[in-house]
Amino acid sequence: MDKSALILFVISAIVIVGVGIILSWIVAPKSKNKVKEEPYECGIPTKGTSFIQFRVGYYLFAIIFLIFDVETVFIFPWAVVMKSMGMTAFIEILIFFVILGLGLLYAWKKNALKWD
Amino acid sequence: MNIYDFKNLTDSIHASLSVNLSPTAVTIIEFIIIASAFMILFTLLGLVLVYAERKIAAFFQLRLGPMRVGKWGIAQTAADAIKLILKEPLVTKNADKFLFNLAPFIIILSTFLALGAMPFAKGLHALDFDIGILYLTAVSSFGVIGILIAGWSSDNKYSLIGAMRSGAQVVSYELSVGLSLLTVVILAGSLQFSEIIASQETGWWIFRGHIPAMIAFIIFMIAGTAETGRGPFDLPEAESELTAGYHTEYSGLKFAFFFLAEFVNMFIIAGIGATVFLGGWMPFHIGNWEGFNKIMDFIPSLFWFFGKVAFLIFLMMWFKWTFPRLRIDQLLRLEWKYLLPINLVNILVMAFIVLMGWHF
Repeated sequence: MDKSALILFVISAIVIVGVGIILSWIVAPKSKNKVKEEPYECGIPTKGTSFIQFRVGYYLFAIIFLIFDVETVFIFPWAVVMKSMGMTAFIEILIFFVILGLGLLYAWKKNALKWD
Repeated sequence: MNIYDFKNLTDSIHASLSVNLSPTAVTIIEFIIIASAFMILFTLLGLVLVYAERKIAAFFQLRLGPMRVGKWGIAQTAADAIKLILKEPLVTKNADKFLFNLAPFIIILSTFLALGAMPFAKGLHALDFDIGILYLTAVSSFGVIGILIAGWSSDNKYSLIGAMRSGAQVVSYELSVGLSLLTVVILAGSLQFSEIIASQETGWWIFRGHIPAMIAFIIFMIAGTAETGRGPFDLPEAESELTAGYHTEYSGLKFAFFFLAEFVNMFIIAGIGATVFLGGWMPFHIGNWEGFNKIMDFIPSLFWFFGKVAFLIFLMMWFKWTFPRLRIDQLLRLEWKYLLPINLVNILVMAFIVLMGWHF
């Protein structure tokens, strides 16, 4: 099957969730209650909002990931042609990996991979 | 040579429909058949895997598990599904309503698109792209957006912490999943699933690729378990610290979709592992034992695929009930300081083996 079938899968995913939610909306009981609308945090009254700034460590890892994910995309086409290209491809990826490894080493030494 | 080929079946359906219908109508009818088949498969997978998980967990802990509904509790998950449909859908007061309702759609969309690319049996393959593995890694990491949206929009601190942890975790382990798959792509020389399977006709890559392929398989299983947010890596929904993590505020069927997505994701990871490392639907062959190989050929390809997948899923459930949960710093250290460097070196070793022609 060709790529037009992707649309089919998108539609069927939306249908399966949509039908489920609509069905449960029809059959489920509904009642308004002030306590029900509170966030569930172990029964203790909630203080303030949750739309807050978050610790920077997560973003740091997201940035490192972004760099390495782009590198992975470069490795994909190389992996396909490795067998047919032979020595040239091997030396090129060796240089690529040395640079990549230096980047990882740098992040490591800068304590960017440390969680505290 | 395999005697059970689903291509005959699909061809005959296509031919019988084409007799007195226009090509457009035939395409639409075929699309409807495929869509309903995948929807049924999706629901069945959810029901069967949840039941299997509960039974296996019970046996690991010397319990019986669900026993009351149906014989040996077989209908338990169906009963649970009906119960979840009948539950009231709750939304918190200050939640971002639009994003809150959007999140289940995104997560199910990601699992559904990934499920479509699974090669179930010979000739039974909906989306067979030439960039198959790239497509699957792209689509399966798409679900983390849904998780982040779910955690952010529910206006609950536990949800937010769970979503952030999940984001860091899925994003980190995705690298290892991709790189360990690439180790085999070097051997197979193709990203297309049907070609990767065809290249394993004489033997599975895990055996033919020497030690690097086995290391890649182990890394793939660890990183795959982490990417589904299960087992020892379930800190996004660590129930003892975060209530239920990113889906704390979800109730009824919306919660069920998150739960279902986790189990279907497990099936997808096991499916990729079985396809790339264990030969997909290819039967198990030993060298030139003609008789043995003939007997193995008689087992249909569908059974081979689902058997391998069931084995890998059992392995993942085994992880879950054996290892204690990791802390977030241990989790990130494992990925960035162990799995990723090992993986990079492993790829180089594999490339060297291919260069020297030492593989079988």
